[in-house]
Amino acid sequence: MNDPMIAVRGLRKSYGRTAVLRGVDLAVRRGEIFALLGPNGAGKTTTVNILTTLVQPDGGTATIAGADVVKQPAAVRRSIALTGQYASVDEFQTGEENLVMMADLAHLPKRVVRRRAHELLERFDLTDAARRRVGTYSGGMRRRLDLAISLVADPAVLVLDEPTTGLDPASRSQLWEVVRGLAADGTTILLTTQYLEEADRLADTIAVLAQGTIAARGTAEELKTLVAGDHVRVTFDDAASLATARELGVVGLDAAEEDLRALALTFPSAEPVRAIRDVLDRAESRGLAVAGVSVVKPTLDDVFLALTGSAATDRTTGTTDQTAPEEALR
Amino acid sequence: MTTTLAPARPTAPAPVRATRAPLRDVATMTRREARRSLRSIDGLITAFALPVLIMTVFVVIFGGAIAGGTGGEYIDYVVPGVLIMCLGMNSATAATGVAQDMATGTIDRFKTLPIFGPSALWGHVVASVVRNLASAAVVLLVALAYGFDPAAGLAGWLGFAGFAVLSVLTFTWLSVTLGLVLSVEASMSVNMIFLFVPYLSSGFVPVDTMPDWLHGFAEHQPFTPIIESVRGLLMGSPDAGTIVTACVWLVGFLAASVVAGGRLYRRRTAR
Repeated sequence: MNDPMIAVRGLRKSYGRTAVLRGVDLAVRRGEIFALLGPNGAGKTTTVNILTTLVQPDGGTATIAGADVVKQPAAVRRSIALTGQYASVDEFQTGEENLVMMADLAHLPKRVVRRRAHELLERFDLTDAARRRVGTYSGGMRRRLDLAISLVADPAVLVLDEPTTGLDPASRSQLWEVVRGLAADGTTILLTTQYLEEADRLADTIAVLAQGTIAARGTAEELKTLVAGDHVRVTFDDAASLATARELGVVGLDAAEEDLRALALTFPSAEPVRAIRDVLDRAESRGLAVAGVSVVKPTLDDVFLALTGSAATDRTTGTTDQTAPEEALR
Repeated sequence: MTTTLAPARPTAPAPVRATRAPLRDVATMTRREARRSLRSIDGLITAFALPVLIMTVFVVIFGGAIAGGTGGEYIDYVVPGVLIMCLGMNSATAATGVAQDMATGTIDRFKTLPIFGPSALWGHVVASVVRNLASAAVVLLVALAYGFDPAAGLAGWLGFAGFAVLSVLTFTWLSVTLGLVLSVEASMSVNMIFLFVPYLSSGFVPVDTMPDWLHGFAEHQPFTPIIESVRGLLMGSPDAGTIVTACVWLVGFLAASVVAGGRLYRRRTAR
């Protein structure tokens, strides 16, 4: 029972000459919520597709509950359920019909099919809408039905590929609650997400996938310690002040990251309070227009940028490129 | 959102499940497709209203002008062509169903289930056969009302029914396979194959009334023997050679589509 529910070693996959996965290792314990975090194109969906037997890897091994995804796909399919990026529910069927269909496809005995469907409708607060076509459901209701459908056969491993994309904040936290409940009941959850907050709030373990390899893994707190210390952010009234501010001689400011749109400089500082005082004093004596200062605590964002940003963009060419990895995260 | 979810509680342990149940899988998928057809206004119009309209256009509107060139009543000449055209168009709607299932990730989800491989595709095919036979019956009834005078005996009608099923199987499998590779928008044009190519056959006017440069294509393209076979069966003058040629075309396309469709189904994913 100490064997991981999901064990991945040296997973590789290329499409044509593009290497999407270059040796991914993962181990997910039973009942764990494991988040695979990465920007678009990092290889999250490819990893999910391999683990759910949709795509064959070029190299490496992956097992789910001890069954090899390549050699024993039928066994793997009996222990997993996939909830994809879009709610894959049939709009032309009612909620109940969707559930009954999936219970039939899961080969549940005929006599329990309806009972199981009703149980899940009740659990996901869809009983009142059970006989309405899904075409009339709200986004949050569809996601709930989508998740209910995945649970029809009581899977040991639930794979959620970007489950909250496009959901409003209320529906999102509602879904997080459900996922936590499932994990508490012993379901192992592998979740991909490009929302740092989602990984931070939901996952026991986070693996950051960048450029087809795992750049870092650990709890959210562990990952945050990878980025040392606080940052100071200084915003200016005009571009001219921003341009000359680096020459103020404040420790760290000469190497600050520049955000031209926000007219801001951000730099790491071991002594943020002193750095702020220095910036304000010297800016005043030089006549630079400072609009605001703040201390920025490290977030998963910083970890993410530190791990993936430098490789994903060329920072030497200019400042506009720097926002690219952040954009990918929204 | 004001709804709150019932607190998560342990679900009942999953009952023992059958490992393989291919017939149940196909039956489940067929039920799904039947619902999709019956609940879509577009689908119902394509299945029942459009064939009747096409029949009316040819018999009532063009019929008078074309009459005389076909040796006998034009309605007796054109009904087989209209029937095959309608079966084709009605089969082509499966392409859009499959393309939508690909785009929404539904097929991906089906592929992660421990079910009989391409049962989702077979569900389309079985539902299409049923839908088409119903549609063909309506077209034939309307044709009879317009004065269609078939000369087939029982053997001819049974032969026609079998031939229609083979045609629908082929047309639907071809459409399903195209649906796996086309976008939802592009899949809506698959019916152009069945709406346009039959015009360039002997289905609506005799080939020798067409310009010379079209003869080669019109005589040898598959719709000509297919429609001629239906004409022979319904008019009581079946020609074995024509029927064999038609069946070779149909079985050939069917086999190619089943093989290609099965492979594409395994390989392609939504993203």
